[in-house]
Amino acid sequence: MATFAQTGNRVRPAQAGWSLAQAFRARPGLWSLLSFALLCGVWEIAGLWPISYAFPTFSETLLAFWEMVFDGSMLQAYFITLQPLVLGVLVSALLGVALGIVMGLSEKAEWLLAPVFIVLQAAPMAALVPLVTFIYGIGLTAKTLAVIMLALPVIVLNSYKAVRHVSPSLVAMCRSFQGTRMQRIFKIVIPDASPVIFAGLRLGVAAGFIGVMLAELLITPTGVGDLITYHRSIANYAHMYAAVASIIALSMLTLVGLQRFETRFLRPEKRGA
Amino acid sequence: MRIGNFRIPMMASLLVWLVVWEIVGRLDLIFLIPPVTEIAQAGLRLVQTGSWQNASLITLRSFAVGMALAIAVGVPLGICMGLFKTVDRLMGMWVNMFVSAPLSALVPVLMILFGLGETTVVVTVFLFAVWIIVLDARAGVMQVPRSLFEMGRSYGASGWTLFSKIVLFAALPEILAGIRLGLIRGVKGVVIGQILVSVIGYGELFELFSRNFEMASFWALTIILFAAAMLLSALIEHFEHRIDYYAGARA
Amino acid sequence: MSQAALRQPPATEATNDAIVEVRGVSKIYGDVEALRNIELSFARGKLTTLLGPSGCGKTTLLKIIAGLVPATSGEIRVNDRVVTGPGPERAFVFQDFALMPWATVMRNVGFGLELRGVREAERKRVAQHYIDQVGLSGFENKYPHELSGGMKQRVGIARAFAVDADVLLMDEPFSAVDEQNRRKFQEDLLKLVEIEKKTFLFVTHSIEEAVYVSDRIVLLSPRPGRVSQIIDPKIDRTATPDEIRRDPGYLDTVENIWDGLRHYAE
Repeated sequence: MATFAQTGNRVRPAQAGWSLAQAFRARPGLWSLLSFALLCGVWEIAGLWPISYAFPTFSETLLAFWEMVFDGSMLQAYFITLQPLVLGVLVSALLGVALGIVMGLSEKAEWLLAPVFIVLQAAPMAALVPLVTFIYGIGLTAKTLAVIMLALPVIVLNSYKAVRHVSPSLVAMCRSFQGTRMQRIFKIVIPDASPVIFAGLRLGVAAGFIGVMLAELLITPTGVGDLITYHRSIANYAHMYAAVASIIALSMLTLVGLQRFETRFLRPEKRGA
Repeated sequence: MRIGNFRIPMMASLLVWLVVWEIVGRLDLIFLIPPVTEIAQAGLRLVQTGSWQNASLITLRSFAVGMALAIAVGVPLGICMGLFKTVDRLMGMWVNMFVSAPLSALVPVLMILFGLGETTVVVTVFLFAVWIIVLDARAGVMQVPRSLFEMGRSYGASGWTLFSKIVLFAALPEILAGIRLGLIRGVKGVVIGQILVSVIGYGELFELFSRNFEMASFWALTIILFAAAMLLSALIEHFEHRIDYYAGARA
Repeated sequence: MSQAALRQPPATEATNDAIVEVRGVSKIYGDVEALRNIELSFARGKLTTLLGPSGCGKTTLLKIIAGLVPATSGEIRVNDRVVTGPGPERAFVFQDFALMPWATVMRNVGFGLELRGVREAERKRVAQHYIDQVGLSGFENKYPHELSGGMKQRVGIARAFAVDADVLLMDEPFSAVDEQNRRKFQEDLLKLVEIEKKTFLFVTHSIEEAVYVSDRIVLLSPRPGRVSQIIDPKIDRTATPDEIRRDPGYLDTVENIWDGLRHYAE
């Protein structure tokens, strides 16, 4: 499972009374900016060199990106891509969290279902994506299914583990105050499990992005997948890179947003820490 | 689950699912799902064909080369990030981004840069596996207890000795955990790479079977792949348990 | 042996003012015998401590009385009724506080009432009363992570008081609290015992703490857990805390108990 490591700011003893260094220490955002500038710079130089005829510079790619934003093709592509993604992630989230919680609470459900999802999570599900086209053709259903296939296992397993690792002393506390089974589940188990469940949802969203891109590149060129395939076919490499970079950036922004949401609403103990 | 006093192992439920599959397959509901027995037979036939052996060899080779690269680059980079703040600040953002980015979107770019062949698959494996290896190696170095550093220094170790005799070993459990996660991701990478490139290895076979509607062979290949992935992760887990004795002592 | 009277067990004949009775309780975990044939009765309105080295089953006994852990044999009676599970006449204070990290102090304290379906206004009124009582006024809307260990346990105690149980079961409540706060806590506990007129069953492994707070100490010996001694430290509670801690009777009792436990220590 991926761990989202935070870039911590451990304080190091000051090396010199250097004003730039102080500026960096005061504003950690400057480091991100520098890091961003560095990558763009390397990209630009690599493109100018050029390392390949099919490797545009950063500025060309940026230009192509704006061009696609203004001619509307970007917007239209995302409108198509986001449908199966949002739908698939929603279905996976509802179904996955419910299944995971049931598996965590019931030994029978755990016995029957946990091994299946353990296998599905470790296995390369991508191999099965071509199969869905046989039943559901090349439409929205097929793409949504591809998203679900990749996103569901990780959501289920995280919810299941979260419920299994609920604090035993909180459960004992609830029992000692004569809480009913329902009260135990809804007032203790689910709230205590929710941060880990939510972390699973985040991983599910990341997997969903992989799924939707796979579907659009493999099953049928539509949406952003179509932008990529089309511009590649006409050797419009800058546009193709821009489309690829945009979907990676979007997934990143989504994940950061979800993380912010989690800290803000689900983990009072991490707030402002 | 237990019946009476007998505890049924959890993985046994997979057998139940196989039986269900067999029944569904026998009922002939969907042509997509042939009976398990038929898949097994197809699997036996498949492994004897030259094309399967050839494809497996190519797949294994791409996987091994990609993983070797990912470990060779990932571990040192992660250690550097753990040791040097500046490297960490410059790289941290990108590593964190790529570890959860939809890398499948990047494969078409690799295809035009590296051609429709093995190189693209190798690079895909590398890109899928390397980031988690970096992150875990970094985490391993970061959590080396300060007291271990101070102990080393107080006994006169410095620089390279401190690193090779203390830091590396103290971070080893995390590094290995990262490599295990990297291997699992690498398997997904090799499959996604080959399927998208679709002219080499298992990708070619998948393409062939699905175009000719040879469902039994398709499933046999999938199950071989799944089994290989599970086996691999079980193997590394076993290896990890063997070094656990000192990882546990640290806690 | 000045003021402390030492008696040998069994002191089991049920007296009229016994609120909790333990009758022939044994507990076996797999092949480990945790408790063997415990016979005890706890007097109403008193603070009784279960004291013993680790592995003597004192926490297990408390959890059996709470109804959180079933006994292998024997029975527990509270107010003359056999215990089959947790009940409203008993409230438990946990060693690790068992506070819900997602809930404010106010909601944590009122949680026992919330589970009983008490209306919010009433819940808040009662919770506020006990929050004030344990000295946490002003912290009603804080979350557990914003509190120190000592403050967290005050929340745990207020929660147990809020359900108005007859018996409070406290499982090493101060073991996760640092030494300075611990003393303050012990003094505050004695004040609460005075005000609330409830029965307290207290588990600790600290001899000083046991002698300082208890009306009666039940000494358990380990492997298997048995009652080895019952001690009534006759401490004059009207004295100030400092006087008590310097009182020869207090110090002798501590010494006597340590003599009894010495051979269990490595």
